[in-house]
Amino acid sequence: MRARIRWAIYLLVFLSVLIPMLTGISFPVGRISESTQAVFDYIESLPEGSVVAISFDYGPSVIPDVQPIAKALIAHCFKRNLKVMGFALWPTGEPLGRRAFEEVAEKMGKVYGEDYVYFGYRAGYSTVMLQMGEDIRKVFEQDYRKTPTDRIPMMKHIRNYKDIDLLVDLAAGDSVETWIVYAYTKFGQKLAAGVTGVIVSQMYPYIQAGQLVGVIPAMRGGAEYEELIDYSKLLGEPGMAKTGMSIQSIVHLLLMILIAIGNLEFVMMRRRR
Amino acid sequence: MEAISMWVAAILTLCIYSFLYKDNPFYKFAEHLFVGVAMGYSAVLTFRDGFIPYVWKYLKAGIVGERISYAVVDLWRDTAEVFVLRQTEPERLLVILPTIIGLCFFARFIPRISWLVRYPIAFTLGLGTGIALPLGLQMNIYQQMYGTLSPFGMISKLSPFQIFNAVLMLVGVVCTLTYFFFSAEHRGGIRWVSRIGVIFLMIGFGSAFGNTVMGRVSLLIGRMFFLRDWVNEVIREVSAIFG
Repeated sequence: MRARIRWAIYLLVFLSVLIPMLTGISFPVGRISESTQAVFDYIESLPEGSVVAISFDYGPSVIPDVQPIAKALIAHCFKRNLKVMGFALWPTGEPLGRRAFEEVAEKMGKVYGEDYVYFGYRAGYSTVMLQMGEDIRKVFEQDYRKTPTDRIPMMKHIRNYKDIDLLVDLAAGDSVETWIVYAYTKFGQKLAAGVTGVIVSQMYPYIQAGQLVGVIPAMRGGAEYEELIDYSKLLGEPGMAKTGMSIQSIVHLLLMILIAIGNLEFVMMRRRR
Repeated sequence: MEAISMWVAAILTLCIYSFLYKDNPFYKFAEHLFVGVAMGYSAVLTFRDGFIPYVWKYLKAGIVGERISYAVVDLWRDTAEVFVLRQTEPERLLVILPTIIGLCFFARFIPRISWLVRYPIAFTLGLGTGIALPLGLQMNIYQQMYGTLSPFGMISKLSPFQIFNAVLMLVGVVCTLTYFFFSAEHRGGIRWVSRIGVIFLMIGFGSAFGNTVMGRVSLLIGRMFFLRDWVNEVIREVSAIFG
């Protein structure tokens, strides 16, 4: 009996993903969450030419959660004519960051080295964070194309955290906390984060304490950000998070019904006893 | 090449999802392959982007010198000459110290000298604790306390909803901390306060669980999108072959 119920749940979840995906059901994005709006507003408030750094600290296993955030964030910065520098402290984040930059920059006609730069992966984690506060060139001597940092036009005036207006950590692990310890607490660097659903609850205390400007929470946050920047118009393709969230809503509805049935069954079982 | 990688990824995805039926050799194969590839990729990347530029290059510059080329322009004769020289930088050899400490981690694999591993661990722990302890205290205790109490310093400027939020947060913090307070027996008033703390904890766990479910469903949706694209690709290829 138990095995049958398990299979029935698998089947229901599968169908609740498959049917809306094939039929293309789409729901509008509701009220934008405060934490996502805060990141958007902060970037909107930056003057042209300001520098935004993005750390790609995640891997391929969380692409649906974080990659849409990365692309929407880069597109927003490009739209506002901000300079964007990217790097990865997770080895698996290196190709994902590169791909996000290349895809968005190509569609928005941005020039490598002038509008954005990508340094690739750097080993060292907290050491990298600490050294960036003193001299970025100590940890990023060259970019991922092996061009010395001093020869990259965009990096001419970027020396350390003082020259970075916002650092966004796209994370699937504990890197946000480490950034808060070493970059915010020690150097006062303004921080924001885009994180997976699994760790998003841990982030809210840091927002209310002012340690993070805001947090873009997983696929939901990605969809909200795509809505805020009008992603499909900007890049000429539908936003992955927005499409995924419509399906997500249906699965959530199913799960809520299943939880309610499970609880009802539990109460009835207790009464029978 | 892209088509091959798509096929490989699709087959491995199906291998992983076969676990829903039961543990089987296809799942095991895909799981082991994933772990192996991830480790191999990380090792190569760390070697290429960590060891080569920050150890090897420095050692080389310290021992055999670095090739430096510069041009001298003679404005009077309108000529330029390029000079190349090798400049040794012995101070760069200092990198050998952290390298030796780091290499001691590998002593674990040789039983006779495995005790050497204690030194890099001690070094890492000491350094990490020394740096992180004061900053961690500031981040997790002082700043959080400030975040909890600061709304009361400007209560006259807050809306009724914000005041409610601030009070709720303070009550939540006090009650939850009381639950973890073991120096007094949980009786009478303390018992009630700690019970309220449990309710706050349950709400916190519920929120974390909800977000975790959202994260897992996102991954399923991502894979389903990928499989849909793969199936479309297969249909396109088949229809191209059979006209």
